[in-house]
Amino acid sequence: MSTTLVTGARVLGGEPADLLLRDGLIAEVGPGLAAPEGAEVVRAEGLVALPGLVDLHTHLREPGREDAETVESGSRAAALGGYTAVFAMANTFPVADTAGVVEQVQRLGEQAGWVQVRPVGAVTTGLAGQQLAELGAMADSAAAVRVFSDDGHCVSDAVLMRRALEYVRAFDGVIAQHAQEPRLTEGAQMNEGAVSSVLGLRGWPSVAEEAVIARDVLLADHVGSRLHVCHLSTAGSVEIVRWAKARGVRVTAEVTPHHLLLTDELVRGYDPVYKVNPPLRTQADVEAVREGLADGTIDVVATDHAPHPVEAKDCEWSAAAMGMTGLETALSVVQSTMVDTGLLTWAEVADRMSAAPARIGRLAGQGAPLAAGSPANLVLLDPAARWTVEPERMATAGRNSPFRGTELPGRVVATFFRGRATVLEGRPVHAGGEGERP
Amino acid sequence: MTAARRVLLEGADVQRALTRIAHELLEANKGPDDLVLLGIPTRGVPLAQRLAARIAEVEGAHVPVGSLDVTMYRDDLRRNPTRGLLPTELPAGGVDDKVVVLVDDVLYSGRTVRAALDALSDLGRPRAVRLAVLVDRGHRELPIRADHVGKNLPTSSAERVSVLLAERDGRDAVEISTPAPAAGGER
Amino acid sequence: MRHLLSAADLDRDGAVHVLDVAEQMAATQRREIKKLPTLRGRTVVNLFFEDSTRTRTSFEAAAKRLSADVINFSAKGSSVSKGESLKDTALTLEAMGADAVVVRHSASGAPHRLAHAGWSRSAVVNAGDGTHEHPTQALLDAYTMRRHLRAAGSGHALGRDLHGVRVVIVGDVLHSRVARSNVLLLHTLGAHVTLVAPPTLLPVGVGTWPCEVSHDLDAALTGGAPDAVMTLRVQAERMTTTGGGFFPSAREYSRRYGLDRRRAALLPEHAIVMHPGPMNRGLEISADAADSARSTIVEQVGNGVAVRMAVLYLLLAGGEPAAPTPGGDS
Repeated sequence: MSTTLVTGARVLGGEPADLLLRDGLIAEVGPGLAAPEGAEVVRAEGLVALPGLVDLHTHLREPGREDAETVESGSRAAALGGYTAVFAMANTFPVADTAGVVEQVQRLGEQAGWVQVRPVGAVTTGLAGQQLAELGAMADSAAAVRVFSDDGHCVSDAVLMRRALEYVRAFDGVIAQHAQEPRLTEGAQMNEGAVSSVLGLRGWPSVAEEAVIARDVLLADHVGSRLHVCHLSTAGSVEIVRWAKARGVRVTAEVTPHHLLLTDELVRGYDPVYKVNPPLRTQADVEAVREGLADGTIDVVATDHAPHPVEAKDCEWSAAAMGMTGLETALSVVQSTMVDTGLLTWAEVADRMSAAPARIGRLAGQGAPLAAGSPANLVLLDPAARWTVEPERMATAGRNSPFRGTELPGRVVATFFRGRATVLEGRPVHAGGEGERP
Repeated sequence: MTAARRVLLEGADVQRALTRIAHELLEANKGPDDLVLLGIPTRGVPLAQRLAARIAEVEGAHVPVGSLDVTMYRDDLRRNPTRGLLPTELPAGGVDDKVVVLVDDVLYSGRTVRAALDALSDLGRPRAVRLAVLVDRGHRELPIRADHVGKNLPTSSAERVSVLLAERDGRDAVEISTPAPAAGGER
Repeated sequence: MRHLLSAADLDRDGAVHVLDVAEQMAATQRREIKKLPTLRGRTVVNLFFEDSTRTRTSFEAAAKRLSADVINFSAKGSSVSKGESLKDTALTLEAMGADAVVVRHSASGAPHRLAHAGWSRSAVVNAGDGTHEHPTQALLDAYTMRRHLRAAGSGHALGRDLHGVRVVIVGDVLHSRVARSNVLLLHTLGAHVTLVAPPTLLPVGVGTWPCEVSHDLDAALTGGAPDAVMTLRVQAERMTTTGGGFFPSAREYSRRYGLDRRRAALLPEHAIVMHPGPMNRGLEISADAADSARSTIVEQVGNGVAVRMAVLYLLLAGGEPAAPTPGGDS
């Protein structure tokens, strides 16, 4: 395997140090390391080094919707965004509700070789919310699934949710809930509030999210299981999770980059690029989720990267698909909303975007500290760079970035996955796939 | 835009011109019978009212006055920003079998009069239509001429003729201005 | 004015201007020859994804009276019903040379997309989109109010707004595009609006609208001394679970929020009764209120043609703003 010396990187934003990457591991970290013979030298003066990012919530669309994204294009986008692992959601065609499908996704990820692709298993068969999927079979499969989610749909039946929470304890799994009370959100198009009242779009009330989170933390408490709350979006949800954590409930929560930055005011032009589930909320909600992420109530930033083909957004609002791309903009949005605002240090970003999601997903080998002996998964970021988002120039097949035309701070310069550069100078380095690696 | 401005007709000149037109109208029509004066907004309307007042002074006869907005009949709507509409008000007796005198301030390309003839034909069938204008500045683009002219003013098409009337502008006058060359202008 | 998508597109002077132009249009419609040559050579497409014979007919009459060519493009029986996208429909209309597209669509915001998604260059008129807006309805309502409430004595209302006019709008505000456009336009024109509805039929966020909100129709009629009362259509099926369960029964709705003979008698002498149609007689309005001398419901329909002529005229008659041409013959 190759040897690489990264020089002058500010580890977690701190003092400059060199990192020697050898045989897929970080061999040494410290100032003034000598480059071994034959080592490639990557100059990283002024760049921030973070452990490779881990996305707990990605839609790679394969199998079934390869017109929207493939494991290859999605995981390449992830590498360009600084990720070394992504959890691929189960709402594919067919649904990832059997050992066969999760193993297929895992294998496609290995073949692509850009990042570690970890399949998420469906909680219920076909995401239909009627019957538990074969959670144990998926856990025991070669994909060794530990995260289960019906994301896109809520496990709204209280009994089914209770059983799922209980059942996955047998293999230390976690249920990642898409919290959305279905009856309160029938036909819902956007956040319910002042803007929806003017636009005449059916409202998606905060309470539809908060009521399910409140129920689920109480269920998790009752049965002593782990619960993860997907894409939490409201001030009330932050309060409920904060209360539950204080009470000792084993709950974790994630927020998306777009909910850290955007509000429902953007819907006023009816451009479906801003249509997403859960919907963009108000400025007060944005401030609450930032605060929750800063104080640790929210554990994780997860992208909910949801690519769609152009025609799914080039239409009237109510006919459009929900979702936004996010893998290639997440770190920049977090820098803009959390670091440049003084709410998080780079070390805390490493926790929220790498260590915590790896821990929640029970993903060994990811999210480890940048120290000798850790797997060589890391990202080098230029925090002083600014760039303008152009979806057509991104690796994801999706063009539905809500940040089109926005200037963002922070640019991923290099990503190393298991010691090998997947991104250098901001450009992907052909991965070749696991089988072809020297 | 700065412009050099010259006064061509003073208030008294305007009054004299209107008085003469009033006499011509009576003479041509052999009296006030069946005359209807239709002013073309905006300044044609007060001119028509003044002509009617002169005729009343001379003949003691009441000649009906109305207004005829020609905007929706213009052929140059698409060459300009959208215009507002002004009232079209016909006298109670209408225009059928009347001698309608169209009254306007300036006769130039003739396109306004063409539109007025079309508008009038949608409103009725006059026995005859005549045209009275305060100023004829030439440059006709259609085969149209005025029957009664207050003042013929040879102009350059680059010049701008402004008719001021006491009813709208506080004083009577006809002025001509030459726009300054665009270069270095303050537009 | 490039498009008319929302009543909020009009400021006070712009709205008064539309009403003034409509006044002149109405005058032409009292003549023997109603047709004007103004929009000769222009093409207006009525693009109706929802059935609405009355609105479509009104726009069609308006366009034809101005000599525009009219193409009626309804979703039923066209490729639209076979799944053609709004975008492809827009591209088709663009290729046909539509100068204006009058669009009725069940999706809120569909006219915004037609106007702004880069699919076509046509002027877009919103003829009712989902539960969003219906701006020409609001204009014809304001026109009707102005004629009745502001033209007294002088005989015409040109140049005037609705400053100080008190309007009660009662009914299903939640699902009403008419209510949204009317609140915005009436506020712009200086009127004072009170919305009356059961809380279930008011949107969350209505508190941010420029109007008062009440749940008590009797109090609004007696205490508010309104100059105009507008009743909105209520669909009886909204009381069922699948319809949303917004009220217990048609009878209870009618008792609490219907404009009946007793309530009509509470109104000041000069007050008018309005309804955008189509009416559910006996539910939101009783027959004797709808047919009373103070009802303007039939007149509203006629005023719709004049208002729509004004809107089409203002959108289509002019060209791009050009340099001023010299000469007094203008």
